[in-house]
Amino acid sequence: MKFTLAWLKDHLETEASFKEITDTLSMIGLEVEGIEDRAEALKAFTVARVKEARQHPNADRLRVCIVDTGREEVQVVCGAPNAKTGMLGVFAPVGSYVPGTEITLKAGNIRGEESNGMLVSEREMGLSDDHEGIIELSEDVPLGTPFARVAGLDDPVIEIAITPNRGDCLGVRGIARDLAAAGLGTLKPLDETPVPGVFESPIKWRRDLPEDQQHLCPFVAGRSFRNVKNGPSPKWMQDRLRAIGLRPISALVDITNYVTFGLNRPLHVFDADKVKGDVVMRLAKPGSEIVALDGDTYSLDETMVVIEDDAGPEGIGGIMGGEVSGCTEETTNVFLEAALFDPVRVAESGRKLGIHSDARYRFERGVDPNFVLPAVEVASRLILELCGGEASAVVTAGELPAWDRQVSLRPSRTATLCGVEIAADRQGEILERLGFAVGQDGDRLTAAVPSWRPDIEGEACLVEEVLRIHGYDAIPEVDLPRETYLPKAALSPSQRRVAATRTALAWRGMLEGVTFSFVSSKEAALFGGMPDALRLDNPISADLDVMRPTPLANLASAAVRNADRGYGDLALFEVGPQYHDDSPKGQATVAAGIRAGESQGRNWTAAPRPVDAFDAKGDAEAVLAACAAPTGNLQVTPDAPAWYHPGRSGVLRLGPNVLAQFGELHPRVLKALDLKGPAVAFEVFLDRVPLPRAGKQKPALLTLSAFQPVSRDFAFLVDEDVPAEKLLRAARGADKALISDVALFDVYRGKGVEPGKKSLAIAVTLQPREATLTDQEIEAVAEKVVKQVTTATGGALRA
Amino acid sequence: MDSLEQLQSSLIDRVAAAGDLETLEQLRVQALGKKGELTQRLKTLGSLSPDERKEAGQGLNRVKEALNAAIESRRGDLEETALEARLAKEAIDVTLPARPAEVGRIHPISQTWEELVAIFGEMGFSVAEGPHIEDDFHNFTALNIHESHPARQDMDTFYLRPAEDGSRKVLRTHTSPVQIRTMLSEKPPIRIIVPGRTFRADHDATHSPMFHQVEGLVIDKKTHMGHLKGTLTAFCRAYFGIDDLPLRFRPSYFPFTEPSAEVDIGCSREGGELKIGPGKDWLEILGSGMVHPKVLANCGIDPEVYQGFAFGMGIERIAMLKYGFPDLRIFYETDLRWLKHYGFVPLELPSLVRGS
Repeated sequence: MKFTLAWLKDHLETEASFKEITDTLSMIGLEVEGIEDRAEALKAFTVARVKEARQHPNADRLRVCIVDTGREEVQVVCGAPNAKTGMLGVFAPVGSYVPGTEITLKAGNIRGEESNGMLVSEREMGLSDDHEGIIELSEDVPLGTPFARVAGLDDPVIEIAITPNRGDCLGVRGIARDLAAAGLGTLKPLDETPVPGVFESPIKWRRDLPEDQQHLCPFVAGRSFRNVKNGPSPKWMQDRLRAIGLRPISALVDITNYVTFGLNRPLHVFDADKVKGDVVMRLAKPGSEIVALDGDTYSLDETMVVIEDDAGPEGIGGIMGGEVSGCTEETTNVFLEAALFDPVRVAESGRKLGIHSDARYRFERGVDPNFVLPAVEVASRLILELCGGEASAVVTAGELPAWDRQVSLRPSRTATLCGVEIAADRQGEILERLGFAVGQDGDRLTAAVPSWRPDIEGEACLVEEVLRIHGYDAIPEVDLPRETYLPKAALSPSQRRVAATRTALAWRGMLEGVTFSFVSSKEAALFGGMPDALRLDNPISADLDVMRPTPLANLASAAVRNADRGYGDLALFEVGPQYHDDSPKGQATVAAGIRAGESQGRNWTAAPRPVDAFDAKGDAEAVLAACAAPTGNLQVTPDAPAWYHPGRSGVLRLGPNVLAQFGELHPRVLKALDLKGPAVAFEVFLDRVPLPRAGKQKPALLTLSAFQPVSRDFAFLVDEDVPAEKLLRAARGADKALISDVALFDVYRGKGVEPGKKSLAIAVTLQPREATLTDQEIEAVAEKVVKQVTTATGGALRA
Repeated sequence: MDSLEQLQSSLIDRVAAAGDLETLEQLRVQALGKKGELTQRLKTLGSLSPDERKEAGQGLNRVKEALNAAIESRRGDLEETALEARLAKEAIDVTLPARPAEVGRIHPISQTWEELVAIFGEMGFSVAEGPHIEDDFHNFTALNIHESHPARQDMDTFYLRPAEDGSRKVLRTHTSPVQIRTMLSEKPPIRIIVPGRTFRADHDATHSPMFHQVEGLVIDKKTHMGHLKGTLTAFCRAYFGIDDLPLRFRPSYFPFTEPSAEVDIGCSREGGELKIGPGKDWLEILGSGMVHPKVLANCGIDPEVYQGFAFGMGIERIAMLKYGFPDLRIFYETDLRWLKHYGFVPLELPSLVRGS
């Protein structure tokens, strides 16, 4: 909401400075978003006379002008066709910034003639697109007068943010009322005295709304004017409208805008000669159309309130008038409309039609029902004053809805709810200044809510009103008392695991990303696809039209983007949501990661190594360890989902419970994403990892053996398809008391090993507990290991 | 006697001349080994008379001792020389880079999240979370934002495909639905913060379709707006690390609080550079207020008995203010150059008592 200082002072009698006014606005909830003081910006531009304009000796289109600025005479070279001797123009001296061209003027020499400044056009001033010639002023302005004053631009413009509850401040008068309540002056009276009607309005209002929808337009008033002259509105009105960003159109239209912005009362004027019969408030006939004042054609439906005459819809109720019956320069007979519309319906219809108008904005937030008739009088006075003619008697239809809302306030509530002690009389006084009728009921204040404040509904609203005018600065800073002397854990065990996971992966050299919860359908399809229920109905782009099946989808695309920038060797992870369905439980936390290119890059200590599935397996296992998963009990199975390479991927599970999956990304996925391989990935489903039992903080008791461990190596020849895990499990199980560790240290294929077989070498560590092992005892365990392994794998000890 | 002395001096001269440990060992064997010169001479003592034996024996033992001492001394010298030679040979170029072991980085949003937990955790808040896909009731209606409410239009809500009954789920536009879920499932006193993802259908230089908020909620019988001011003042000062950071409360409007306040922190913009701290200007950073009685009632909490405050702020926004990240959109770009530069080394989780 924009307004000017002078406009405000039409309604507010005040001694306050500009700064006091703007500071107070913000502190009573009308946040100042901008201040535009164009007098300051245009300070350098002053009125000057062209004392002499003669032809430039070396250029046909240029003139050399001697300009009298009122202080001195300067020579200026000017290209405008209208520069002539004796004219009054606007002069910009050397050093001034010209807003329209964004140039700071320098002294110059144009084809041999000195030029010290500029005579400016409206376009150069940034005021309009007019560049036909330089500005020419009328004769009665003293030289040296600031141009801003001449142009009516010396009135500073204030822009404030209006919160949705404060529709009453969408008019300058409402803002003045709030400032007056805050002690910055007094609200000036508004002349609402009736303008006598001298004839009967030939056009009457009718309402034709269904019985159960009377509230859509409970009341409408109007009046006819005859023999008016609709020319341009006066300069002062045009200046104010321009200052707040409106384009002056004609006196009649400008008056409606002036009342809309000045008094928060949208109005409409019909050209009475173009209205056929009476005007009716009704629901639109399905399929009917209207060309609105913005020139666009809108299709109406049966939920929309329209103003209709015998010819059809002439306006969309509370939103926009129609073009056909709109006023023009030729209009001589006028019909004025001031109506009340249901805020909800105006919002719905406006949304359906896609019209954002000043009227809609105000009706949506609720206008003052008791101001319909006074507004008719204010507007009538302006019409008669600016356009002449005669006014008819006022015509109405429907009834003004009774406004009667009482709210009570315990004055103690400002202390208990806000911590601020304010005397009861002071609270009553504040409410009165805001327009409430205040009474007393025992220890409560009763407040009749003014008709312009539909937002006031209960006691808390009154507390806020009192406090905002009293000043939020009075709210004390009070420490929140502790519920316990020492704080309890802020995080649940599963929340803590998220931080542990991040730390673990970052220590493995991975960079954490935070990516969008949505992806494109194409990306989603590569990672399992998404049900229709998880598609966005109104995506901002086709790239982000569906919830993601896994954070891996986003990370894979991120890998492509980084590779395209020349950073193809990467390790990225994210701990974030995946979505299964649209229920509150349809979301799970996943730690996902991707590695692409070469591991560690090139360095002198080791040859670069392409990333492989075991990098990803290590990542997944690190996450599971960080989450205190029972890593010793995990099984590995080769059944990872379709976005992994079927032969180079696996699943880490506890029986049927899949905790993680890892492996190379499927070549099809890489191709679809245009990601150069190799690329490996993992996903750990944090919510599926069993939580450690509460209170189990002590580790198992450690007994240290006094005897040295013994290690024995074995190599087994097994079929190619025998999983290593099977062999390791068999070896570990050979003697659970003695074998403390089994490590696989070599996998060999090639010379000495027949095709279809592989050699797996393991180191078995025996830890004696009671006595040093004898050779026979060691031999006995070794035999058990060989027997267990060969039985389990069908392999043989390699000779 | 002469011959004994000559023997000693000749042996010791040879020891001193030994150029390496091998030669020295040979010398030792030649003199003191089983068949060594001195050993042989000692063996001849048995044929002498007791007096002669005693004298000759003492003489020979002195030579033996002197020789042993000379050998040990020479051995020490030679070992030292050998070690030095070995060390010189083993020298490496220590300017070569160490084996690479790159440490990754934690995303600034996660870091800020943990900072929030650390500070509010000290004040007795626990962390609550909730679903991103919400229904109309939790995201709007229960928060006193009715179907026709202008605030509802302002929020640029993302909707999912309509269900069979025509209802549409929304992507939560704020973290406030978790207030509702918590109040419906727990009894006061309640003291939670809710960090999390939020969504609005808006995308430009200063808006992202997804961003993060942190919500705070305190409900009990006595908490008032002064406590809100105290809590937020303590938080902002701790978070920005500025003990005298001023805060300003301004009246505002949110459908779910009454009275409502926007909160500004002090700053200065002198020389075009934003500096947070005491100064001439103010910078808006969050919205807050006393929980609206209708919201309490919607959650089955009696507003005549219970009251409390709520607040909400943008995690990206406070991260940008504290760390000076210039652009919002790149937060979600996963550009590894940005992550390496602005990300945090995973050394320590934020903690007030540790000062980290």
